[in-house]
Amino acid sequence: MKRIPVNIYPVLATAAVFFILFATASLMFPGFCSLYVVTDLFSENAFLGIAALGMTLVILSGGIDLSVGSLIGFTTIFTARCITDFQLHPLLAWLLAILIGVAFGALMGTLIVRFKMPPFLVTLGGLFLARGMAFAVKKESIQIHHSFYETLDNFRLPIAHAELTFPAILFILLLLRLIWLLHYTPFGRAIYAIGGNEHSARLMGLPVDRSLIMVYTLNGLFAAIAGIAMTLYMDSGNPTNALALELDVIAVVVIGGTLLSGGVGYALGTLLGFLIHTTIYQITYFANLPASLGSITIGLLLLLFILLQRGLSRIRH
Amino acid sequence: MQTKPSILIRIKRLPVSWPLVSLLLLLLINLLFIPSFFALEIRDGQLYGSLVDVLHRGSIGMILALGMTLVVATGGVDLSVGSVMAITGAIAALLLTVSTLSTLLIIPIALIVALLAGWINGLLVTRAGLQPIVATLILMVSGRGIARFITGEKVIGFGAEQQAETFSFIGNGTLFGLPFTITLASSLFIATLWIVRKTALGLFIEALGTNEKASYATGIQAQRIKIGVYLFAAFCAGIAGLVDTANIQAADTVNAGIFTELDAIFAVVVGGTALTGGRFSLTGSLIGAILLQTLLTTLYTFGVAADTAPIPKALVILTVCLIQSEPIQKRLQKWRCI
Repeated sequence: MKRIPVNIYPVLATAAVFFILFATASLMFPGFCSLYVVTDLFSENAFLGIAALGMTLVILSGGIDLSVGSLIGFTTIFTARCITDFQLHPLLAWLLAILIGVAFGALMGTLIVRFKMPPFLVTLGGLFLARGMAFAVKKESIQIHHSFYETLDNFRLPIAHAELTFPAILFILLLLRLIWLLHYTPFGRAIYAIGGNEHSARLMGLPVDRSLIMVYTLNGLFAAIAGIAMTLYMDSGNPTNALALELDVIAVVVIGGTLLSGGVGYALGTLLGFLIHTTIYQITYFANLPASLGSITIGLLLLLFILLQRGLSRIRH
Repeated sequence: MQTKPSILIRIKRLPVSWPLVSLLLLLLINLLFIPSFFALEIRDGQLYGSLVDVLHRGSIGMILALGMTLVVATGGVDLSVGSVMAITGAIAALLLTVSTLSTLLIIPIALIVALLAGWINGLLVTRAGLQPIVATLILMVSGRGIARFITGEKVIGFGAEQQAETFSFIGNGTLFGLPFTITLASSLFIATLWIVRKTALGLFIEALGTNEKASYATGIQAQRIKIGVYLFAAFCAGIAGLVDTANIQAADTVNAGIFTELDAIFAVVVGGTALTGGRFSLTGSLIGAILLQTLLTTLYTFGVAADTAPIPKALVILTVCLIQSEPIQKRLQKWRCI
């Protein structure tokens, strides 16, 4: 029998945690184990999942991006202001928001790669910058009333007796796109190589600088799309949206079995991490527990998974 | 024969010269555009003015920067200080409202909890061998949740409590005609400076940050020192948390100490301590923290709203880091050679 590669262990552990968590919740709360609850996890947290996809790329490449929460907040208020105050068509507003997100990500990537600055420091500056930009757009929340948004809000993709909303479908499509990107393109292989050992990747002649800038650019794109998904979910934009969301996003990716040191991880793992994160909050909701217990549990799981990863990398060496 | 470098070059080589020059530049701008910035007056035996205000508001940043400097000097970083601030504040506010303990007992209890957090960070870095960013990220993520859990998901105000008067002295009291926070921050600074420079501890920390293996070979107990610096950073965060809570007379776990870890790291980097560890300058970090607060206060007096102020702040952070980055430094050196 072929041995299971060590790299898959974290993802297997994640899958096990998710099934135990979901099974326990199903036994505790009647009605928890239903397709409706699962599709609800996707529909209500699509923005978190989309942001986590971008973060998966960044962490796989061995970096980190602390600016996503602020960028999402900026995108929500920017989109809302374009639609409500400037009377732009939502599609045009989305295009502008995505362009800004991409440019922002590219700027972060360029600073990190060209000037060899630590990613966490650069994106820390990005965190302040984007949050300030969000407040510069408008200080208060803006409602979105547009026929296009209403059409999308009413759209439901029926799956058996449950249904998926538009943001949830967007999340699933982007997830499939990321899986293809990571596992079936030269770019994806380059990311794994860079995350594994940047120096070796450079010696192998891989386009390290270009790929890394691309990673942060794509993360800006994912964050902008996550922000758009958030406006669809809330029908409004607010400069304080997604405050400190980057921490949840990083937690989702790490719980999903992606190594924070880079080079090891899967897009599907991030899906599992997303499901664990959202299930924990769903349980606190079902059991009427304070939400802070949810974030403490996430922290403990994060600790558990990081220690597990540490143990595994010791086994490997 | 080697000539002694001119005094100008020697000053330029001092780690504190960069932030000091920026600070003086900022003060000069203030002098030209807002002369009232330097106005000081004495009312009821207490000194008032923008400069006093900068030091008072900047005290939290200064205290955090002290702890952060030592952590960064060992080649680490502590992202959890903001969360530790929130936890300490939450504990103090809870004890002030539900218990009858005296303030003199509440302060050490809150600080012990902060030290516990630092101890966890230290253990994760040394025993588990995690990267410091990763190890302290855990507490950064869950710490705020813990603080919210302690306060029962609400803001605990204690302004009306009778015994809170002694406690609020930490944040609002006056000593020697100056806000107590200034005395607190400066005495902590002097004590830390004295301990690390008058004993071999500072040298040990620098050795550890420069080359851990070599320092281990010379007999320095790397693990103990590392745990020590995380304990110290958490201790500073605890004091900062108490100051913050006493200042607003409430434990606001959502906003207390949010993003302060970033301010502290920035103050340290601007102050001339490299993130890669090794040589550190406590004075530089202190000036870095004052610089950051002066920048904010200046922006406010220029009419920039508090919520858009992060934009110029971010631009300054990125510019400073850009100047200190390796490729730019190399290019600068080339110019100097020509």
